[in-house]
Amino acid sequence: MLITTTKGDMEESLLEKREGSVDNDNEMTTWVEYWHEGELVHRSAHVTLKQPVTFGDGVAAALG
Amino acid sequence: MANTQSMCTTFMKELMLGQHQFGTSTLTSRTSLTAPTTDTFKAAMYFVSATINASTTAYSATGEVTNTSGAGYTAGGLTVTNATAPLSTNTTATAGVAYWTPSASFVWTALTITTAFDSVLIYNSTQSNKAVSVHTFGSQTITSGTFTLTMPANDTTNALLRLSTT
Repeated sequence: MLITTTKGDMEESLLEKREGSVDNDNEMTTWVEYWHEGELVHRSAHVTLKQPVTFGDGVAAALG
Repeated sequence: MANTQSMCTTFMKELMLGQHQFGTSTLTSRTSLTAPTTDTFKAAMYFVSATINASTTAYSATGEVTNTSGAGYTAGGLTVTNATAPLSTNTTATAGVAYWTPSASFVWTALTITTAFDSVLIYNSTQSNKAVSVHTFGSQTITSGTFTLTMPANDTTNALLRLSTT
C-alpha cells in the first residue's frame, strides 16, 4: 500500500508505523504516524467528539 | 491563552433574534419573502495558542491554523454539512431539549500543519460570520495526512449543540 508522505508516495513496507489512541469523556481519538529513517513523514488523526456544548443543564441557574 | 469549549454567548441571543437557521430550509428568508434559504455554517480550526471561547462573537483569522506546507487548509475553514434540521423533545412536563448536529464529519486531506491545534469554531458565514460554538480536543499536528473530526450522535444527550430547559 502506498502512503502519502513528505517525500512523495512511499511503500508502507519501507516505513515504520506508529499508532495511538486517546479515549476520554471529551473525545475518542486515533492517530497513525509513518517514520522513515528517523523522520516523521506522515501523520493523520481522527477525532470523534463526545462532549456536546449545552445551554441549560445548570447554566441557567448559575446565571441567576 | 487557551481555547475553551463552549456555546458562544452571543449565539444564544442571536437565536432569540432569529439570526440563525440550521438544517433544511423552513423559514422564509430574511432577505427574500418568496425563496427560503438556509444559512451556511463553516468550521475553522485554531492553534493551541489562540483564544476562542464563550466570548467569541464571530469568526476571526487571528489564531486560525495555517498550512505549514501545501494547501490542505483554506482560511475560514470548510463548509459544514447542514442537512439535518434541529430536533426537540420533552422528557417531562417541565423538561426538554432541542439539539442539532452537523450531518457529516469535517475532513481535511493532504494537510500539513505542524504547529499544534486543538479546537474548531463553528460559525454562520451567511450571517456576518457570527460565532456559534467552540469545540476542543487534544492537541494535534498533521503531516502529509488527513484530519477527520467526526460528530457525535445526533440525539438528546450527545448532539453537538444542546439547548436544555433544566
